[in-house]
Amino acid sequence: MTKSELIELIAGKQDHLAQRDVELAVKALVEQMSEALSTGERIEIRGFGSFSLHHRPPRIGRNPKTGEPVALPGKHVPHFKPGKEMRERVNDSQAQSDKGR
Amino acid sequence: MALTKAEMAERLHDEVGLNKREAKDLVESFFEEIRLALESNTPVKLSGFGNFDLRDKNERPGRNPKTGEEIPISARRVVTFKPGQKLKSRVEAYAGRKR
Repeated sequence: MTKSELIELIAGKQDHLAQRDVELAVKALVEQMSEALSTGERIEIRGFGSFSLHHRPPRIGRNPKTGEPVALPGKHVPHFKPGKEMRERVNDSQAQSDKGR
Repeated sequence: MALTKAEMAERLHDEVGLNKREAKDLVESFFEEIRLALESNTPVKLSGFGNFDLRDKNERPGRNPKTGEEIPISARRVVTFKPGQKLKSRVEAYAGRKR
């Protein structure tokens, strides 16, 4: 499912809102989430999950072509931890599809 | 402090002009539709942010860390998040907070 499909689904259910507004809203949400993470702020959505940053320490890498060592600085990477409801719903759906096999 | 649904709804009210009820419903709906897709085994791709994918894991041996007792970890389906290039570069630039 892509962002535009998500927008259509939401617009279909919130039919008092114009699709254009749903589009603006979804884009604003995604931007707000990216912004939070890029300023080091966590995101906590109960039943969905939390997003945080993990730190990667500086290391010596290598130029794969020349084999020359290159100093790579430390950095942060985004990390997602699914919440309890998310874990259970996704896993239960797998249990259901297994029964059908 | 962490970003929560309440703050997200507030921003939709301020920036997109939805009323408070609409803003709250929309935030709820945003996360619920993503969960519904994942629940039906459909990966979700939010360009500029990242992809939520599903992985089926086989049963594997595990251990109760407290008692050391061996118990199998059952087969399961899990959600993984892979940040997109744009989010990764934005986050990489974050130098870290002074502690």
